[in-house]
Amino acid sequence: MTLKKILKVNNRLGLHARPAALFVQTASRFKCIVKVAKDDVEVNGKSMMGLMMLAAEQGSALTITLDGDDATEALREIEDVFARNFGE
Amino acid sequence: MIVIKGVPASSGIAIGKAYVLEDEDIVVNRDEIPKEKLRRELRRFKAALDATYRDLDHAEGKVLKTLGREHVKLIDTHRLILSDPLITKDVPRRIMEERVNAEFALSEALEMVNRAFEKIEDEFFRERRHDLFDVGKRLLSHLLKREKRDLTSIDAPAILIARNLLPSDTFTLKETKILGFATDLGGRTSHTALLAQSLQIPAVVGLSDATRRIKNGELLVLDGDHGLVIVTPTAEAIEKYQRAQKETQRETRALETLRGQPATTTDGKRFELAVNLDSPEDIKMIQALKSDGIGLFRTEFLFLNRTAPPGEAEQAKVYSHVIKSLAPLPVVIRAADIGGDRLAHLGLDEPKDEINPFMGLRGIRLLLKYPDLFKTQLRAILRASTHGPVKVLLPMVSSLTELRSARHLFQQAHEELEGEGYEITPKVDLGIMVETPAAALLLDHLLTQADFISIGTNDLIQYLLAVDRVNEHVAHLYDPFHPTVVRVLHQIVETTRRYGKWMSVCGEMTSDPRAVPLLVGLGIDSLSVSPRMFLRVKQIVKYLSAATASQAVIQALSLADSEEIHRLIGQLVQPAGRGMTE
Repeated sequence: MTLKKILKVNNRLGLHARPAALFVQTASRFKCIVKVAKDDVEVNGKSMMGLMMLAAEQGSALTITLDGDDATEALREIEDVFARNFGE
Repeated sequence: MIVIKGVPASSGIAIGKAYVLEDEDIVVNRDEIPKEKLRRELRRFKAALDATYRDLDHAEGKVLKTLGREHVKLIDTHRLILSDPLITKDVPRRIMEERVNAEFALSEALEMVNRAFEKIEDEFFRERRHDLFDVGKRLLSHLLKREKRDLTSIDAPAILIARNLLPSDTFTLKETKILGFATDLGGRTSHTALLAQSLQIPAVVGLSDATRRIKNGELLVLDGDHGLVIVTPTAEAIEKYQRAQKETQRETRALETLRGQPATTTDGKRFELAVNLDSPEDIKMIQALKSDGIGLFRTEFLFLNRTAPPGEAEQAKVYSHVIKSLAPLPVVIRAADIGGDRLAHLGLDEPKDEINPFMGLRGIRLLLKYPDLFKTQLRAILRASTHGPVKVLLPMVSSLTELRSARHLFQQAHEELEGEGYEITPKVDLGIMVETPAAALLLDHLLTQADFISIGTNDLIQYLLAVDRVNEHVAHLYDPFHPTVVRVLHQIVETTRRYGKWMSVCGEMTSDPRAVPLLVGLGIDSLSVSPRMFLRVKQIVKYLSAATASQAVIQALSLADSEEIHRLIGQLVQPAGRGMTE
């Protein structure tokens, strides 16, 4: 199953090390492939360095694409992380 | 003697011999690996990964002991990098597909990431690649079976000169005999600069080619206050810096004894000495100063570097944290004094370029134009108000209408919150900044609506004297001792006293050792000072006699010339100035 969703980064410093780490930890709990894109750059959602490379500052919109059996559940957890502003 | 100019990163002076750290440029060769040995290459890489994990575990224990929990986060980051697919998946894939040695596969993978990072415009994100290099270097040195450089092997006191210090280098800095350091790369906010500040050792960064110009063992003076490195200084220069070093040490010791003591003049008048807060990160440092509270909490930082204004919950959390950290001491929170230029970034529709922003849409003017933005902040402050004593301060007020409108919104916010079932403090004081000539002259009317005032000397002086401090052609005309300034301040104090309202002064004047006696003499008994100058200002207050200073100000009010006033006020501290520093 393939899912696609656009999520907005709302925490103050953007997707810096800690939020990126939290994203990776969440995504890595699932088997599905997680891709994250900003503008025309797409990276592996299970790679912290990849996410940092996006330089996603506050307010930027990220396109999350999930592909795999547990995609629905993974997306729910990832959305939750965004909704909690990465715990900040 | 050569003087190399860099960026001051951590204050202080160090005099000593140079220890030039060799750059760890590891040359990696590309070796073809025969197919049957590829498995072995993968195992080698795996072993290097394991060894690097062990390094990090070892470093963690050390960092926790010497630097504290804050810095351990960096090690967690390094662990995550080490487990990143860019390293754990990409490198083995390259080894197998390209049939190359692990070192080469790793450096290729690192180089690819580096190229991606170099394109990032945002400095904060771009600088994160140093963490990746740091981890990459550790891995490489394990693969090559080379010892990673270890600063603890520097066994004599020395000034460290390096191209760049990696986070892992700085972990051990506290255990070394390093007097200070200077690097070719780095900026004021780099990890190394921040670490030097927390370790309180002098540092200069951004020297570009210091490692090439300085030789091992050469005598150096490191001036962290001015960002200078002096190579083979003359005897005179050394003597000058030794004196300065001793002076600073003595001064620091003298000031330290004032920590926690009340700011009372020689004739027994107790002053309230509060500090200015620009960012909650300074809270720990401010707690340690044992001040009488926060006299000006500038909230602008919340609105910087972002594309949407901060929400109510986010703001309430920040304010609660500050108020809780200071309670039972009071905190004066100033509503955001942002200008029109900021709004465009926040996604609100405003012209970016104002011809004269100081006279443009800023402070209360802007807040009233965007009542939602304003009310969100007021609600956030009110929600935080249960955690300790708090006051709200309005910036740039110049008419009674503005104050009335603000009060109306404040009242609304209060009622709304109560209606929503929030528990809030019944009465939170609402005061105004007196920083426009209009507010100063209209003060009697404004005080019917304002619970307190805070005199913002920077803007008040700038507007009174029509001097733009940023304009180099007129900046020298900015003068806190100008007779007009003294008269207006006097008038403000008299009016406020008549109305029996609390007043305080914030702004640079409170942190200017020459101007403090003037404020004391004017009869202002609450000052909000920059944290850096807090103890120094207390020292001045404790040296003064309030009665004598008051006499001097009465005399100053009749003088026509700034020079004369300056001299007169200067006499109050002159003998003290010598007595205090010699």
